[in-house]
Amino acid sequence: MFDALSEKLQATLSDVRQRGTLTEDDVNTAMREIRLALLEADVNFKVVKSFTARVKERALGADVLGQLNPGQQVVKIVHDELADLMGGAAAGIAFSPRPPTVILMAGLQGSGKTTATAKLARHLREQHGSSVAVAACDVYRPAAVDQLVKVGAQAGADVYEQGTDRDPVDIAGWALDRAKQEGKDVLIVDTAGRLHVDADLMDELVRIRKVVRPHAVLLVVDAMTGQDAVNVAEQFAEAVQFDGVVMTKLDGDARGGAALSVKAVTGKPILYASTGEKLDQFERFHPDRMAQRILGMGDVMSLIEKAQSQFDEKEAKDLERRLRKGEFTFEDFLSQLRMMRRMGPLQSLLGMIPGFAGSQLRNLKVDERELDRVQAIILSMTPEERRRPELINGSRRLRIAKGSGTSVQQVNQLIKQFGQMRKLMQQVGRGRMPDIGALMRQAGR
Amino acid sequence: MARDWRDLFITGDGPGAAAPDPDPEPERKRRGFFRRLRENLAKTRQALGAEIQATLFEGDLDAETWERLEEALIMADVGAATTARVVGQLEQEAEAGGLEGGEALTRRLTELLAELARTGDDRIDLRHDPTVILMVGVNGTGKTTTLGKIAWHLRNELGRTVMIGAADTFRAAATEQLEGWAKRAGVPIVTGPEGSDPGAVAWDAIVQGRAQGCDVILVDTAGRLHTQDDLMAELAKIRRVIAKQMPDAPHETLLTVDATTGQNGLRQARLFAEAVQVDGIVLTKLDGTAKGGIALAIAGELGIPVKLIGVGEALEDLRPFDADDFAKALLSV
Ligand SMILES: Nc1nc2c(ncn2[C@@H]2O[C@H](COP(=O)(O)OP(=O)(O)OP(=O)(O)O)[C@@H](O)[C@H]2O)c(=O)[nH]1
Ligand SMILES: [Mg+2]
Repeated sequence: MFDALSEKLQATLSDVRQRGTLTEDDVNTAMREIRLALLEADVNFKVVKSFTARVKERALGADVLGQLNPGQQVVKIVHDELADLMGGAAAGIAFSPRPPTVILMAGLQGSGKTTATAKLARHLREQHGSSVAVAACDVYRPAAVDQLVKVGAQAGADVYEQGTDRDPVDIAGWALDRAKQEGKDVLIVDTAGRLHVDADLMDELVRIRKVVRPHAVLLVVDAMTGQDAVNVAEQFAEAVQFDGVVMTKLDGDARGGAALSVKAVTGKPILYASTGEKLDQFERFHPDRMAQRILGMGDVMSLIEKAQSQFDEKEAKDLERRLRKGEFTFEDFLSQLRMMRRMGPLQSLLGMIPGFAGSQLRNLKVDERELDRVQAIILSMTPEERRRPELINGSRRLRIAKGSGTSVQQVNQLIKQFGQMRKLMQQVGRGRMPDIGALMRQAGR
Repeated sequence: MARDWRDLFITGDGPGAAAPDPDPEPERKRRGFFRRLRENLAKTRQALGAEIQATLFEGDLDAETWERLEEALIMADVGAATTARVVGQLEQEAEAGGLEGGEALTRRLTELLAELARTGDDRIDLRHDPTVILMVGVNGTGKTTTLGKIAWHLRNELGRTVMIGAADTFRAAATEQLEGWAKRAGVPIVTGPEGSDPGAVAWDAIVQGRAQGCDVILVDTAGRLHTQDDLMAELAKIRRVIAKQMPDAPHETLLTVDATTGQNGLRQARLFAEAVQVDGIVLTKLDGTAKGGIALAIAGELGIPVKLIGVGEALEDLRPFDADDFAKALLSV
């Protein structure tokens, strides 16, 4: 599935380029692919429905502009809507002016609450220098208390526990008193996993909430959750009005559509991402990265956006026209090269191209020094030579080599590769994403 | 009719003595037993016997009908590919005629779903001496709990002697958790120090289980994501260590899949199967609102059958998988 969506969209919409706008038919085809991709990513069916309706509206009649081909254009609309829905970077947990700041953890069985509790404790300690205590209120699962005692200590938090014979509501109240007495900045209350339909246990959670009056309630959600995420989120929201979400197990290969579903039905932001079993594998959540992950596009959006901001649109149209005619010159090459290099190290650009990480090209190393050399050679050409490479004969080659501190061989090689590259670049004019991997292999050799 | 424990386990006890009914008398004396039993039955019904959506095949058979059906299956986590396959087949059969009215369509649909779910050998053979069962799965899916439930069932319902091996030496307090279950189930357990080689614990469990003449040895392992190559390799190693003790063991490798899991479940099953040859799925947490439809995709695409389902956190909350009930539940509200 990886990068399948953007490739499919670009393939199905490739002929739109000539017409210039997206018709209803084009958009419908695109929506089908998008719908499938989102369902595959476990975004809830109903959320997908309203989402595609919104995207369709925006995509209909949208002009096919500039550097983006129609597929990319739709991908961009989808991405923007998705990023919109996921929300901007969320604020973290607001600390109470009167400590302790109390955080209540809630969620289904096996979602990763206990680990997340310890990770959050560590995170707050490291980021804010807070003194943190964690309260062990899971008295049901065998050895849940032992587990928190161990991971809590590893996280540098005090673990408040009273074994498993007391009522969790009482333990929570007792822990709060103790946190106050001991002047803790933060108290994190770990609770037993429970099903959103388990009336007794949900009631218990409500009572714990009443007793500790948390400043933040966090719902812990497994990134692998499927369609049911909306039921879970809705019920927990109704019972304990959670304020934010911790997504766990994001180090796996699940697309994490549940994040979108939860955000869409409750409006609550995803605050943290848990990305491994080690305690430091925990970070603030990046909604934009999640949008891309759900779409499975690598960082293609960053690439599109970067390219877009670096390109003057008219210049781009101009270039495109000449590409199509095979009029690509060393002058163009130089400006392309410079533009690309302004976007960052080429190696990291390559990593952003979908399909690249998995292809045999992933072993391709871009040697930046090679590129320096290529640039130097071109700069040693006269403007006339850059525009008309066929002028560059033997003696000119010698001059260029001397001027650029390279050898005639290297100049020969570049000119030969440039010829091949010209052919390759003509593909760009046919509305396909340039095969940058191949280009780089040529240019960087 | 719901599939029975007797259909699940091949005990080799002979027809007369096959899976002897446990003597219920001493149980009955336990306080709250009837209440628990009642609650339990209700839970199972809730999990599996619910009413099929009445509106599925209302009105004319038009595009909307098929869309409604697709929606129901997608919402059950069956996944787009498997949904398309099932709906496509039904649509074709309906067009060819012979399926008149909502009832016939519903019946045929549940049949198709059940057929898909029924795959491979869905029994567990206990005739080895001893039978070694290995629990594997992603973090938090229910390996340890399921192992506890199986141990309890084997001992209390089938009268088997059981040994548990605590080969999750990684997660904090995993051993203590399993010790809790061993105690509840009343079976012995072999443990190792935290951070020690899980293969060594599995080895010890089998050595000791054989020395004590146990019928079944259950080995728990640490939860791991199928994408963690080193941990998957470790699991394969545990399996090899077990095979060194008994060439045909483990006789049964069970993968726990959380019913709330979405499409990633298919990848989980595929990669675990590649690493350790999964023989069956335990679909856990069916007592929630999730339908566990990904198990259908797993059965359909990988041919790995579901053997057991988890319907709660107590010892008794384990059932043999029944494809017909499951099919009906997928389409229920
Ligand atoms: N409601 C419900 N909860 C279950 C079921 N099976 C397991 N659980 C719960 O899910 C949580 C995780 O179960 P474990 O058995 O610890 O899962 P595990 O796979 O061993 O977890 P790790 O070893 O940490 O990877 C516990 O709180 C169990 O009580 C089930 O069928 N229904
Ligand atoms: Mg476990």
